[in-house]
Amino acid sequence: MNTNMTKLSLGPIQYYWDRQTTFDFYKQIANSKIDIVYLGETVCSKRKLMRRNDWLEIAELLKASGKEVVLSSMTLIEANSELAAIKSLCGNSEYMIEANDMSVVQLLKDKPFVTGPSVNVYNPASLKMLAKHGLKRWVLPVELSKSSLADMQLERPAGVETEVIVYGRLPLAYSARCFTARSHNLPKDDCQYRCLDDPDGLMLSTQENEKFLILNGIQTQSAKTSNLILDLDELYKLNVDIFRISPASQHTVKIIDLFYKTLHESYSDKKANTELQKLMPVGGSCNGYWHGANGMDWKESTEEVLSQVTR
Amino acid sequence: MSILDNGKTKKMELVCPAGNLPALKIAVDNGADAVYMGLKDDTNARHFAGLNFNEKRSYQAIEYAHQRGCKVYLAINTYPQANGWQRWKNAVDMAAKLEVDALIAADIGVLDYASSKYSELRLHLSVQGSATNAESINFYYDNFAVKRVVLPRVLSLKQVAQVAESSPVPLEVFGFGSLCVMVEGRCLLSSYATGQSPNTFGACSPASAVEWQETNSGLHTRLNNILIDSYKENEPAAYPTLCKGRFEVSSNTYYAIEEPTSLNTIELLPELQKIGIAAIKIEGRQRSTAYVNQVSKVWREALDACHNDSDHYVVKNEWLQTLHEVSEGRTTTLGAYHRPWQ
Repeated sequence: MNTNMTKLSLGPIQYYWDRQTTFDFYKQIANSKIDIVYLGETVCSKRKLMRRNDWLEIAELLKASGKEVVLSSMTLIEANSELAAIKSLCGNSEYMIEANDMSVVQLLKDKPFVTGPSVNVYNPASLKMLAKHGLKRWVLPVELSKSSLADMQLERPAGVETEVIVYGRLPLAYSARCFTARSHNLPKDDCQYRCLDDPDGLMLSTQENEKFLILNGIQTQSAKTSNLILDLDELYKLNVDIFRISPASQHTVKIIDLFYKTLHESYSDKKANTELQKLMPVGGSCNGYWHGANGMDWKESTEEVLSQVTR
Repeated sequence: MSILDNGKTKKMELVCPAGNLPALKIAVDNGADAVYMGLKDDTNARHFAGLNFNEKRSYQAIEYAHQRGCKVYLAINTYPQANGWQRWKNAVDMAAKLEVDALIAADIGVLDYASSKYSELRLHLSVQGSATNAESINFYYDNFAVKRVVLPRVLSLKQVAQVAESSPVPLEVFGFGSLCVMVEGRCLLSSYATGQSPNTFGACSPASAVEWQETNSGLHTRLNNILIDSYKENEPAAYPTLCKGRFEVSSNTYYAIEEPTSLNTIELLPELQKIGIAAIKIEGRQRSTAYVNQVSKVWREALDACHNDSDHYVVKNEWLQTLHEVSEGRTTTLGAYHRPWQ
């Protein structure tokens, strides 16, 4: 693939890691092959080990290493205190903001922004509507397929970049209830920050021991890791500009390297996939959403023709 | 918002589900102030076989309701993708042609189309629009002039009051029925397991993926072959909605997300009225006419009691009994309204 124009991004950390771990993680990221880094707490406003200034310090470090930095907003915004926090975030003019809730789009008042995967941009009309308000980049919603993306790309407004999650456990749902606290028989208001115990979330299995979902505070994720390594060629042909990797507690830099080599250095995607299988957290791979199937399915890439959009 | 200048609070509207014409008639006859319905396709979030209205039935429904002073809202509240866009446009065109009292929508593309093409068409933001705070509501108000917002079932009572205080438009909240534990419009659990979600298909844990399996160790309920729950002999079994099964977390088997239970806020009515809530929504377009009959009667009576004298409003035992009988797992909860639930 001659993929000079495509970029790799690192999504926000969705879990709760302690401050030192977070700083150490981003020091490694600063020296990685990643092009764009999304920073900030997106899941739970009670997670406060990282303060605003800590995130900005990391942003500086990454920027100094040549990375583009985007500040990500919270996703579920309910309390007035949470609204106040995003108002302050939207006042930052140094970095672009990833809006993970429509309130953020509203507060940005037509400043440039990115929509995260949980803002529902399901059709070209939505994309055009947001472009009028300053949308510069959108992340494909998690449950949409390549054929829906192909339709979107045909009508994508000029100057809007497309980003797709290519690796990581998928954010599937948000609730007022904290399922991690519930698993410890604790109320959310006295959660004792037990999500610190689970750097990649807490496994939920069926009564037949099938690994099904991940509880991450108020967020529910897929137990399987979404993995589009075998589908990169299709993504490229569909003019996807940015390929997003979600942080995990282990091996994130190696995973970035594998995607980089596959995208830019003709490394075999099959070999990369074999290596990824060893690096990913337990649960295995899925890519069903991309192929228009059940999200949890795994499909080996087909030679299907992408009829509408090609480079 | 809805505190009138003379200091009196407005009456809250009772909004009842109408999955078909018989249910609609019962709700209207039992004193619903408004009913909500959907068309016979995936443009609404109760896209179930045998449910909903074609054009002819829609006209009959609206005529029946309007003759009796009841409003009719049409839900077009799923998220179209490009290949289905025409179907959603047609549905909006139909809403305008039918002259429904409001169109309930979630997708910003649909709202954009409806507000720019039909300026007379009253728009409500669906619960599927995931607006959980006043700034989100401002977005939908500024861009599409929505006249009402249906709040997701994730806010505590205090948070509902905060949103109501700063919202530019009146709010509708859920009073009774199936409980979504997740923020509506942002839950993909169903498509992860079955390929179909409320957003894309208008159904959660669709019946086509459900299997009831008798085994030597009891009844197993499955969704696309994933074991959602297993029951001992004589243990009442629930529909395998995937967030309401028993799963294993840290070696404990329990309802890790939520029990089979229904939301019931009947005890909160005076507080909701004080907050200035404009309307109380009853979930259940997919439920039987018997359900609509019982639930609409109870809620009509309760709302009247609250409106007449909210200071001396008392929840009657017979209301609770009736509501429990039609609830999932025969239990109800205040859900997120009650902070300890969270």
